[in-house]
Amino acid sequence: MNKKKLLGTPYYIWSAMFIIIPLCMVFYYGFTDKKGAFTLENITAIASAEHAKALWLALSLSLVSTLICLLLAYPLAMILTGLKVNQHSFIVLIFILPMWMNFLLRTLAWQTILEKTGVLNSILSFLHLPALNIINTPYAIIVGMVYNFLPFMVLPIYNSLAKIDRNLVHAARDLGADGLQVFLKVTLPLTLPGIISGITMVFIPALTTFVISKLLGGSKVLLIGNVVEEEFTQAGNWHLGSGLSIVLMLFIIVNMVISTIFDKDGEGSVL
Amino acid sequence: MRITMNKFTHMIFMLCAVFPVMLTGCQKASGGENGEVIVYNWGEYLDPETLDLFEEETGIHVIYDEFDTNEAMYPKVEAGAASYDVICPSDYMIQKMIDNDLLAEINFENIPNIKNIGQQYLDQSREFDPENKYSVPYCFGTVGILYNKTMVDGPIDSWSVLWDEKYTDNILMQDSVRDAFMTALKLNGYSMNTLNETELETAKKSLIDQKPLVQAYVIDQVRDKMIGGEAAIGVIYSGEAIYTQRENPDLEYVIPKEGTNVWIDAWVIPKNAPNKENAEAFINFMCREDIALKNFEYITYSTPNTAAQELIEDEEIKNSEIAFPDFDKYENLETFRYLGAEGDELYNNLWKEVKSQ
Repeated sequence: MNKKKLLGTPYYIWSAMFIIIPLCMVFYYGFTDKKGAFTLENITAIASAEHAKALWLALSLSLVSTLICLLLAYPLAMILTGLKVNQHSFIVLIFILPMWMNFLLRTLAWQTILEKTGVLNSILSFLHLPALNIINTPYAIIVGMVYNFLPFMVLPIYNSLAKIDRNLVHAARDLGADGLQVFLKVTLPLTLPGIISGITMVFIPALTTFVISKLLGGSKVLLIGNVVEEEFTQAGNWHLGSGLSIVLMLFIIVNMVISTIFDKDGEGSVL
Repeated sequence: MRITMNKFTHMIFMLCAVFPVMLTGCQKASGGENGEVIVYNWGEYLDPETLDLFEEETGIHVIYDEFDTNEAMYPKVEAGAASYDVICPSDYMIQKMIDNDLLAEINFENIPNIKNIGQQYLDQSREFDPENKYSVPYCFGTVGILYNKTMVDGPIDSWSVLWDEKYTDNILMQDSVRDAFMTALKLNGYSMNTLNETELETAKKSLIDQKPLVQAYVIDQVRDKMIGGEAAIGVIYSGEAIYTQRENPDLEYVIPKEGTNVWIDAWVIPKNAPNKENAEAFINFMCREDIALKNFEYITYSTPNTAAQELIEDEEIKNSEIAFPDFDKYENLETFRYLGAEGDELYNNLWKEVKSQ
């Protein structure tokens, strides 16, 4: 027993250094002012017009992206599970392959694709079609979010679909259910944990991103992630930055609570 | 209570500091016989070959790190999370660092090559370093408008083009608070170091009015986007202008008639520098005329090294109005000053209001 505990030591050290201590620092900075005195101002600052607007924008863009990811990922996951074993591992590989490349590079690539004189518009003008000007708008940010986070939606849904016992579907068919009924009454409820975990894994990084909005939004669309980043890197006000990230944590906790309610057995988790 | 809290944060910073030290410890073993020097410089702000030359000649191993804005550099140095030997901040940031007692006095006996630096640049440095005790000028320049001749009507000479609706979605603005406000303050005829709230409100209003016309707020990307013809007009540092013209001959740089920012980036040594003498050796090396010339040719930012200026072979660049302008010809040229913690906060809050529009 003791030996087993000993094996956990690296993990304890790791989590203390990189999770607990940084988290304590965020809370310390978030609840103090520049003189080190206790204050709630950094938390209530979220109510100011600029911050509330940035939070609202971040919430709506990440919700839209999550929804699009779900609509794209579910049919894809169904197609994947329908394929033969050697085929589907190939397609899963193709799907994961881009994730081996750096996230920043992939986002920069989208910049080059969507730019006014970019790849997409060169193709469109070659075909004598009107140019598409979505770079530096919220639409470009949504494109970036969906592209970057889609695999995080596909994989948990695919996992929970693959676990469904085919006999359940056959039984439902035997008892006279048609395709739609099988889907609504059997498949969908059984994959709910996967969907919820996919939503969590897309929504949280999308809500807090600042790189995508910076690169694809031309820094014209200020999301709450950008506000926090600028407080740390530009304005040098770590207290306000920490306070705002604590507020952001609340949204993440709410999301996590919802997902544990639906996913009691941890079925949908990717790991 | 406050003291214990400060101790607590101190401890944490120490913990954070241990890691990079442990990492650099490995590099030390393979480093030079005369120790090392840790340099913190702007991105792409010297010819990497000069670092190799320095290592060969002095036996001092260089550890090189980069930043992209003064504001991003400052907290790292202030927190002492990483200790650097030589840093290259801009004028107003040097003043802020002197004010906050972060800089060490340089021992100029170790820097004989200071004789290469033109007297006028040392005089100008007095605006932020009144006794020339803390800094050695490395680069200088102006901020102006870079425009694509094929995409605009006629020559441009005023900040007001940045507010011209003709160029909607064709304007690139600087994504840094002081530079952005400088354009708006100069447009309205104010000083770029103002703390007057009505003047700043006017400037903020101008920037908000401008936002729908702006294609993007960027920093280093102005260069590549202008070369690629992605935008017609961009706010840019003069040092980038020669490089962009080399890549795209349609580009033209102008110092607007309303005046602009004349800046100096200078080498400084922080108080907690672990290798102060090596830092001075490094600064001295950077001031040598052949090295300054090498760096100028690589980064194309104007060098205050008059000995190096003499060595420039290309007559066109040697006499270039962009690289070495005759400052007497322009009006309302100013250098940024540090405005105090409250001034910084005022500017930052107004900038946030602009960005969230």
